[in-house]
Amino acid sequence: MNGVHDMGGMHGVGAIQPEKNEPVFHAPWEGRAYAVTRAMGAWRIWSLDAVRAQRELIPPVDYFRMSYYERWIAALIELMLRNDLVTPSELERGTPDEGSATRTPPLTADKVPLLTAQGVSARRDVPVVARFQIGQRVRARTMNPVGHTRLPRYARGRVGAIAQDHGVFLFPDTNAYRLGEKPQHVYSVRFSAPDLWGEHAAAQDSVYVDLWDDYLEPA
Amino acid sequence: MAPEVSQADEHEHQAVPSDPALRVKALETLLVEKGLIDRAALDALIDTYEHKVGPRNGARVVARAWSDGAYKQRLLSDPDSAIAELGYGGLQGEHMVVVENTPRVHNLIVCTLCSCYPWPVLGLPPVWYKSAPYRSRAVIDPRGVLREFGLELADNVELRVWDSTAEVRYLVLPERPAGSERLSEEALASLVTRDAMIGVARAGAPREQSRG
Repeated sequence: MNGVHDMGGMHGVGAIQPEKNEPVFHAPWEGRAYAVTRAMGAWRIWSLDAVRAQRELIPPVDYFRMSYYERWIAALIELMLRNDLVTPSELERGTPDEGSATRTPPLTADKVPLLTAQGVSARRDVPVVARFQIGQRVRARTMNPVGHTRLPRYARGRVGAIAQDHGVFLFPDTNAYRLGEKPQHVYSVRFSAPDLWGEHAAAQDSVYVDLWDDYLEPA
Repeated sequence: MAPEVSQADEHEHQAVPSDPALRVKALETLLVEKGLIDRAALDALIDTYEHKVGPRNGARVVARAWSDGAYKQRLLSDPDSAIAELGYGGLQGEHMVVVENTPRVHNLIVCTLCSCYPWPVLGLPPVWYKSAPYRSRAVIDPRGVLREFGLELADNVELRVWDSTAEVRYLVLPERPAGSERLSEEALASLVTRDAMIGVARAGAPREQSRG
């Protein structure tokens, strides 16, 4: 969707503010928000793509007002409601509904090292023909899906060249909605800075964007 | 394509406290009571990223690459295996690409769409990396961004910005600082900052380190 999350190239959103000796979490609740989100993800009921799609639905004014982990919690609550893991009344009262089943968490402390060390790969070991070859000129499609996509607006319609083939990965635009993994090649596509931003951009500079086969057409 | 994205079915659950600390605490308690999450697992996750997984991991990878030419070649050609040699890898670093800074090429990493970042080697990202100012400007005005971080790039240097839009995560291999020839791998690692591995800084000079 053409949401506020798709920020590449925006102007006027303020100065970058690096922080000296920044802590990993700025308050205990940030760590809890992070961990609760991860622990709920371990149910494998929704994909990372679904999580991103949910966060992108946060309205722009709220997106800017909220801190990073506030957005995580807001999206997590929506995902849990949609998937009937919690009810509105439970959220309101803070206790389980009468008669609700008590479950067994899939992620226990002993499984954390394995989860973090192994990760969750989005690569798929299936034979899929690459539609493009390294060095080939391609155009990122002009498209404006209302749903989740990882083709940023600034690259749409622009011509670049395939720099690298990363292999076959599931497709977020469909996977986010359980509409299939649609595995396909992901390429690193090189766009020259002037082709993206105009002649004021440094001619020797470039932006590499990782793009799925379905986002590209021959140029 | 996606029927679920309609916002028409917004739920009403505003009774959850608006203060984030209270809100998260209430949520955690509810989810524990429902058997959906395990408190000790939360503690272990937080401990992992506060104390075990962070930019020191990446610094060791960089220092090894600086000290060992064969390792550096493996790191550039097969980064997942090379990083695993040092015992690192996993969540949000399943598929790595390492990009090398040279006197003629400088690399910069961003995620314009969210906050993608190579956790196993850099830990969780700093706030500025996740924030709108960096995400918006790193692609359209990367030289201006670097200048704000105190890094002036000469015109004859090619700047490559890597937007982490897919499930590939990037790590910058910074240039080895002049004067570091005699340093041990451990001393080299102490010159490698998180910012140098994102590409908004250079690795520190040995002298700067001794000055503290």
